[in-house]
Amino acid sequence: MSLQLEHVGFVQGPDTLIQDVSLTLARGTLHVLLGATLAGKTTLMRLMAGLDKPTSGRLLLDGRDITGVPVRRRSVAMVYQQFVNYPTLSVYENIASPLRVAGVARAEIERRVRVAAKLLRLDAMLDRMPAQLSGGQQQRTAIARALVKRAELVLLDEPLGNLDYKLREELREELPRLFAETGAILVYATTEPAEALLLGGDTAALSEGRLVQAGPTAALYRHPLTLEAARVFSDPPLNELAMEKRDAVLLTEHGDRPAPAPLLGLPDGRYRLGFRADAVTVGAKPPGSLSFEGTVSVTEINGSESFVHVDVGGDAWVCLIPGVHDLLPGASTALHIDARRAFVFDAGGALASRPVLAEAV
Amino acid sequence: MMDKPISNRAWFLVVPVMAFVLFSSLIPMMTVVNYSVQDSMGQNSFFWNGSEWFQHLFDPATDIGGRFSRALVRNLFFSGVVLLIEVPLGILVALCIPKRGWAVGAVLVSMALPMLIPWNVVGTIWQVFARADIGLLGAALTGAGIPFNNTQDPLSAWSTVVVMDVWHWTSMVALLCYAGLKAIPDAFYQAARIDGAGRWSVFRNIELPKLRRVLVIAVLLRFMESFMIYTEPAVVTGGGPGEATSFLSLDLVKIALGQVDLGNAAAMSLVYNLITLTLCWVFFTTMTQLDARGSA
Amino acid sequence: MATVTLDGIGHAYGRAQTEADYALKPLHHVWEQGRAYALLGPSGCGKTTLLNIISGLVIPSHGRLLFDGRDMTRVPTERRNIAQVFQFPVVYDTMTVAENLGFPLRNRGMDRRQTAARVGEVAAMLGLVPDLNRRARGLTADAKQKISLGRGLVRPDVAAVLFDEPLTVIDPALKWELRSKLKAVHRALDLLMIYVTHDQTEALTFADQVMVMNEGRVLQVGTPAELFEAPAHTFVGYFIGSPGMNLLPAQVEGREAAVDRHRVPLGAAYPALADGRVQIGIRPEYATLSRTGGLPVQVQRIEDLGRRRLARVMLGAHPLVVTAPPDLSVNGAEAFVRLDPASLHVFADDRRVPGGAA
Repeated sequence: MSLQLEHVGFVQGPDTLIQDVSLTLARGTLHVLLGATLAGKTTLMRLMAGLDKPTSGRLLLDGRDITGVPVRRRSVAMVYQQFVNYPTLSVYENIASPLRVAGVARAEIERRVRVAAKLLRLDAMLDRMPAQLSGGQQQRTAIARALVKRAELVLLDEPLGNLDYKLREELREELPRLFAETGAILVYATTEPAEALLLGGDTAALSEGRLVQAGPTAALYRHPLTLEAARVFSDPPLNELAMEKRDAVLLTEHGDRPAPAPLLGLPDGRYRLGFRADAVTVGAKPPGSLSFEGTVSVTEINGSESFVHVDVGGDAWVCLIPGVHDLLPGASTALHIDARRAFVFDAGGALASRPVLAEAV
Repeated sequence: MMDKPISNRAWFLVVPVMAFVLFSSLIPMMTVVNYSVQDSMGQNSFFWNGSEWFQHLFDPATDIGGRFSRALVRNLFFSGVVLLIEVPLGILVALCIPKRGWAVGAVLVSMALPMLIPWNVVGTIWQVFARADIGLLGAALTGAGIPFNNTQDPLSAWSTVVVMDVWHWTSMVALLCYAGLKAIPDAFYQAARIDGAGRWSVFRNIELPKLRRVLVIAVLLRFMESFMIYTEPAVVTGGGPGEATSFLSLDLVKIALGQVDLGNAAAMSLVYNLITLTLCWVFFTTMTQLDARGSA
Repeated sequence: MATVTLDGIGHAYGRAQTEADYALKPLHHVWEQGRAYALLGPSGCGKTTLLNIISGLVIPSHGRLLFDGRDMTRVPTERRNIAQVFQFPVVYDTMTVAENLGFPLRNRGMDRRQTAARVGEVAAMLGLVPDLNRRARGLTADAKQKISLGRGLVRPDVAAVLFDEPLTVIDPALKWELRSKLKAVHRALDLLMIYVTHDQTEALTFADQVMVMNEGRVLQVGTPAELFEAPAHTFVGYFIGSPGMNLLPAQVEGREAAVDRHRVPLGAAYPALADGRVQIGIRPEYATLSRTGGLPVQVQRIEDLGRRRLARVMLGAHPLVVTAPPDLSVNGAEAFVRLDPASLHVFADDRRVPGGAA
């Protein structure tokens, strides 16, 4: 069973919010929608739910056209970033509300609410009102309500965005598994590449209302097919370098360098090198790397790793190096790009050469 | 974002209301239009009179035209005065209402009281209150040597009507502003304290801008109601002394029911109606445009 | 510029009968001029109360607050010379960016020319020059946060800059930019900065020293590396690091710990810990999955996080998160875990026990 989007587009007034998105969402897999704010994640979810009707294209549920079917006649549950609960109903009644609307028998409601509350560790607070709960508990109530509904399509729109970091970590762990058991088609929107990787499953990368690339999450991370996909799926932001290859030499704004072995096979022409923070190191030069001089603008230490922000002739790069290194701002340092782990994009932004070292998925 | 499902069936639910509006306003309105273009010699016989009633109305030289233009000026003046007093006063009162604690409920309820009293009762209260012989206010003022008599002195009559309206409706402006003030996050006040802003600066740069939308509503409501004022002056002054407080609505009733001059009254009420609608529209569009320009 | 001293500062909303009544338990601490500190902890841990005490929005029920030795406990906010950036951007809607930045100076009676010069300097530092004459209300959230920060920095006499989860409403890609801007400003201006957050990445990357708090209590103050490598409390081990530290109930004697029937060598010697609850802790970064050698575990799941892979395994009845090396493939559920003895910590009743050399 699956939900299929066929060339779906959505235009509102002068704005094209969604542009020709084709995507198949299979049951039993978690589907992540990844993109920055305003990339079209929420709009796409609203189209999937039937809250808005696409202005072009079709939606098929198990091959059946459901494009114009209003949301009331679909089986959809949605959880938002803001905690949405009925303020005058107890936690129990909040969770039970979709079942009461559906006319489920009293005993069955009782049973399902208890099961969901136990899974989400709300069993001790079923009699409380939403205002008496912490943010995490309120959001768990909203999630429990979506869970008991046993909807065919569950849409989670940045559901953990307003929660504490550690709580987010725990719920992120539990959420996909809770819903997977209901056999629903599960869609999860996030702005954070790291969250997409933690969730696993499949990812659809969105940018400015377009589907940039879709596929298994880890594969998408390692093998972006366009510069745009690599940009969407990089945090810290993707480091970039404009260059021109002529024979065995790379011409860049920051000086000419001999082309390292992995780039020798490229045809001559203009390219853009894209490399993530962990593909650059500072200090000693590893073999096969591309080196530049830069000025440290800031160093951030994150427990066991350090992020070094470096300015290389106007290009701002971030490198992630293991261990604690407190490089002082203004210090000049040598940067080494590991060419085996860099993506090469052509002038049109398409992948021209994939990294030699992209670990097996 | 609104997550409302779109369904055309909802229109059927509006049908009873539409039918009610049709019977309660549109059909009576049509009779008024009918009267405004006809003349009657009594015995329910009508004949076509064209635009003559309207021509009279717009010609200040005629009796009816003169009355109409004077009443219109009076109405505009009254609305202007009332808005100039009630809006700043309402904001001031709202700023003084405590934000939390037991006093909030008490203050809000006591402020809502004037609005809960029927219009004619408000009129009666003030009529008695302002009487120069036995009224608390009137007698006190006379006793203090201030010449006050709202049945003979136009200034006294006007002051009574204006003060009465301020008493009746300032709390509405205040309550609206209070709701607007409550919606301002604490962080704004904290930031202002840190920035060393004084009380006036906080009002000017935080509270007033955040109150803008609420004030548009308050001004609009107060303008409409004050422009259509009838009951209170009808009870307190009856439009007098002379025609000093004879507003459009009072005059209209006199012409229609006192003089049974249906044609003139119908033309006048239609024009009155159009003026109210036009002014409201002008008010609303200019104020929302000002608001939009502010946010651009 | 100032050094801020917390002299037995504690706060109870209402009357404090027992220790549990304190939203912030009394503490002594000195924040030095020119350094960057973070207060890190979950919601309701008391970090915001502490911040509000410094800014003067809350008067502490106990102790004294000193700025450069001067008692400021009861001095009103506007006379403390502090700047604060809030969770949601605060800008004055009707003013331009330049007027916003100059507002604190104008309020203090600085003349127009001097104000304009200061505003120009601060705008240049924050990259706001192109927007100076625009209205503040139409700007993006990150630009508004820069304005809030700028209003603090513009004052020549500012003693400390306080941040209350300032990146909450900022997009992930822009967080990097804004955070490095904060760091750059800190380096450039030599100011005391105090940053409140529940997000460990923000705390660790921003601060020289992080104060980890839970339930109104300060559990550890240390550099990011200290918190990571030597957490003083099991909560610090759990809260710092993503995922947090693995904790296993154990018996410890000498250089060895026993978890159920398994023997685990330790990097240091410990006294016999008979009383209380004893646990050993190790970070996922220092526990490695292998095909041979180490503690036998059942592999439940391997998560591919792009830069690294984590394995969720069971050691008997105890769940563990360990690192799966990139070249390792596991057939079936049977595998082993190697724990780096030097990175194993011993906790008694949640407090870390220092190991001896013997």
